[in-house]
Amino acid sequence: MPNVVFAPAIQRHVPSPPRRVAATTVRAALDAVFAEQTALRDYILDEQGALRCHVAIFVDERKIDGSQLADTVVDNAEIYVVQALSGG
Amino acid sequence: MTERILVGTRKGLFVLNRQLAGVAALWQIEAVHFLGEPVSMVLHDTRDGTWHAALNLGHFGVKMRRSRDGGKTWQETAAPVYPSQPADAKEEKPWALQQVWSLETGGTDQPNMLWAGTNPGGLFRSDDGGDSWELQRSLWDRPERLEWFGGGYDSPGIHSICVDPRDSQCVTVGISCGGVWQTPDGGANWQLCASGMMADYMPDGRAGDPNIQDPHRLVQSRSNPDVMWVQHHCGMYHSRDHAASWQPLSAQPSSFGFAVAAHPHNAEVAWFVPAVKDACRVPVDARLVVTHTRDGGNSFEVQRNGLPPEASYDLVYRHGLAIDASGDHLAMGSTTGNLWLTENGGGLWSSFSTHLPPIYCVSFAE
Repeated sequence: MPNVVFAPAIQRHVPSPPRRVAATTVRAALDAVFAEQTALRDYILDEQGALRCHVAIFVDERKIDGSQLADTVVDNAEIYVVQALSGG
Repeated sequence: MTERILVGTRKGLFVLNRQLAGVAALWQIEAVHFLGEPVSMVLHDTRDGTWHAALNLGHFGVKMRRSRDGGKTWQETAAPVYPSQPADAKEEKPWALQQVWSLETGGTDQPNMLWAGTNPGGLFRSDDGGDSWELQRSLWDRPERLEWFGGGYDSPGIHSICVDPRDSQCVTVGISCGGVWQTPDGGANWQLCASGMMADYMPDGRAGDPNIQDPHRLVQSRSNPDVMWVQHHCGMYHSRDHAASWQPLSAQPSSFGFAVAAHPHNAEVAWFVPAVKDACRVPVDARLVVTHTRDGGNSFEVQRNGLPPEASYDLVYRHGLAIDASGDHLAMGSTTGNLWLTENGGGLWSSFSTHLPPIYCVSFAE
């Protein structure tokens, strides 16, 4: 089960401890997290379900294309969600 | 007597309170909320004292906050949310909230009703004090909206909402760049009301098109609500017939700017803050002044008493000028973090601070 980790800058708005979720894609992993923490969704995705333009996602330290969030994730992958410096 | 001023800035919400020291008024910072966060809009609901603040978190989007105890505590409330975008929508740009650019209360006969104007151009209404919002599809679905475009931002935005004090069903909104729209029936129907405005940034044949006008700020006289004032991208405009028609005004040193304030008790009186022109958004001759009319825009006087005598490059943005319920006190904040106050309608301006973050909006909370 991939591990989803949220950067401290997100945690200060919505406490979100790292957690393992059953998922094979980035979107499915995020959806699993949001099912547990509905308040977190609006901080990461806009109302159309797109990744906010100043949020970045890394899978095993590789930045992914956030347009679809369709990247597959292996069982022990780490999905790291972080604020992009472009939004600063 | 005015007691507080709410100042929304790039780095938080500053609350000023007013102490009487002898015969002079002394303003001071009472509190700073949401330190470090951009506050795009604030609203003091005079009906019940509630404060609303719109935060525009750079990474995590728009978030709304509400305080029912004068800022002592804040609750997170719902942000306006656009509906799912149909696959066959006639635009590629996403239906996604970028910013809350205006907040206004409904009438005194509409407790808990709020209006929110947003980028990318949607108008939202809440009937429960901000716990939920509904996009006004009656305006959003107008085919004319597809011709709106961004002014100041990449997308169109509703920056001004005027609720007629005589009839709360009548609401007039200003849109950059989408003209002026008015509803007589609480939002069920809308009509375009920018006749007379001219947009010199358009090809000649489209310059008079009401639908693409860029009113920077729209305000309505409370004492005579048929009177409205607009600071437009291409000059100043005045209406005496409830926005049915607009007449251009002219002031020295410039008719260009962003902000305008209307006197609450005298429909002939208003204030503007001029800059050179759209291609040079700094004070004329580097001298920040305020232009003031007492005869309905027929003539203007320049107010500079108490404003910087040295070179000043301040720009007062759309919501950077506010007037209180008495009509004597104004607050003026610039995008370079300078805040001035006046107790006598601008006869004398006093610098409150030259070190605030960039100021987005000012509002009196009485």
